[in-house]
Amino acid sequence: MHYKEEILDTVVSLKTDSIISIRNLNVYIGSQPLLKNINLEIPRNKITVILGPSGCGKTTLLKSLNRLTDLQHNLKTTGEIFIDEEDILLSKDELTRKRQKMGLLSQRPFPLPMSIYKNISFGLKIHGLANKKNIDTKVEKYLREVGLWEEVKDRLHTSASRLSIGQQQRLCLARGLAVGPEIILADEPTSALDPISSRKIEEKFIELKNDYTVILVTHILRQAKHLADHVIFMYDGKVVEQGSPNKLFNDPETEILKAYIEVGH
Amino acid sequence: MNRKKIEASFFRYLFAVVTYGIIFIFVYILYVIFKRGFHSISWSMISEEPKGGFYMGNGGGVLNAIVGSFYIATGATILAVIIGLPVVLLLNVHLVKYKKLVGSIRFLLDILWGIPSIIYGAFAFVVMTWLHLQASLLAGIITVGFLIFPIFARAFDEVVRTTAFGLLEASHSLGSNHTEISYLIYFKRNLPGFITAFLLAFGRAIGDAASVIFTAGYTDHVPMHLSDPAATLPLSIFFQLSSPIASVKERAFASTLLLTIIILVISIISRIIYSKIKRYAL
Repeated sequence: MHYKEEILDTVVSLKTDSIISIRNLNVYIGSQPLLKNINLEIPRNKITVILGPSGCGKTTLLKSLNRLTDLQHNLKTTGEIFIDEEDILLSKDELTRKRQKMGLLSQRPFPLPMSIYKNISFGLKIHGLANKKNIDTKVEKYLREVGLWEEVKDRLHTSASRLSIGQQQRLCLARGLAVGPEIILADEPTSALDPISSRKIEEKFIELKNDYTVILVTHILRQAKHLADHVIFMYDGKVVEQGSPNKLFNDPETEILKAYIEVGH
Repeated sequence: MNRKKIEASFFRYLFAVVTYGIIFIFVYILYVIFKRGFHSISWSMISEEPKGGFYMGNGGGVLNAIVGSFYIATGATILAVIIGLPVVLLLNVHLVKYKKLVGSIRFLLDILWGIPSIIYGAFAFVVMTWLHLQASLLAGIITVGFLIFPIFARAFDEVVRTTAFGLLEASHSLGSNHTEISYLIYFKRNLPGFITAFLLAFGRAIGDAASVIFTAGYTDHVPMHLSDPAATLPLSIFFQLSSPIASVKERAFASTLLLTIIILVISIISRIIYSKIKRYAL
């Protein structure tokens, strides 16, 4: 009886703290399952790391969250994904508003084909901000927030593709932050970067979790240990283990996670 | 020398012979056009309509054909872009998920590209006869527009489809809708390719004779209305070359020179625009 109450308490506390709840999520490509019966809670204002070997479904899970899976050929999704109590898989309309809630940082940066300034102002403009002064202020604010302002302030109106790849990745982060998301989805965002640029992005994530929920997909164990507040370990389309980094990295329950951690070292 | 070395040098010389051979032929054609064209070109060729008996050796020029060709090619290219641009962006942004449908549409456009222009002309002629319409500038523009639409669309599409999928995902993640992604991001990203496709379509439009022969007709006057018939340079060249009189045959080369110069000027202008855009947009 005592245990039952404790478990119930934990469930309730998890529920109130979580920003995303995933229930029975299955994703298929044709008849082949990519994600198998995923049930998850993702805590608010924390860094949740989705860890696992290549091809285990990490990226598919991440992209299901803002329905980028809709763009994929032959992909079917069933189940429920609640973000702020709203099932995002349910309604067809207002998809752009839902996606706007989640900034995406992909494996390598994809700056928009325009100037550094316009990369940030684009999102602001399409969401209705017209005042030039306000836009200028925001462009500066978000470039400062990702630590890029000092590096680019003299060449705001040159093409974004001339920046180094590390700078481009920070620009993409700034561009995502500018449209006011609640959640940041990061899909192995440092995999194309040099160690110094990677470190800059990682440190930025730690700062960002005060204001945003960060979901980070990675296969780098060191990064997961460095950043995670909550870890989800996936294998073969399933969530194998989840919990605090302390518990998962020091006392893994499953053989597969044990092996992963051993090889990772 | 071993076998590999012999093979390598054989193919190297073969490629060199083929490449220089082709360049030589093109340069020779241009040389003949320029030499014979300059010989018989005059201000009146450019500035005057053909006078009575022009094709029998009397005076006048081919202003009718220059203006007609320019009207038809410009109108048709604009028409092809108006139809083609949304189709290309639809294939690459809206329908990106439906691979089979997109594949079928591309296949269809490829077939349309391969249909000879005389078929477009004949088909338009049948429609015009059915509607009791006469050959006119407008009919020429529409027919040539449909002829070059698949050329423009597939040429542009081949460039647009190289756009990284990550850019599409990134654009969606910013909360942009399909229209914003199509015209503010994809179109902009692929502007240099757009100019190339535009040029390809324009070049085909200004050089085609078979599709306009039934639809735009031929006249010795500069068309003043869309309902007037219109002459074109390729047809004008054909009529001049068909003349039994030597001086008229020579004038055909002047017309050929004009057609070449028009295409050259448009190419140069496009390349200047291309380099400016490339520096800014990409």
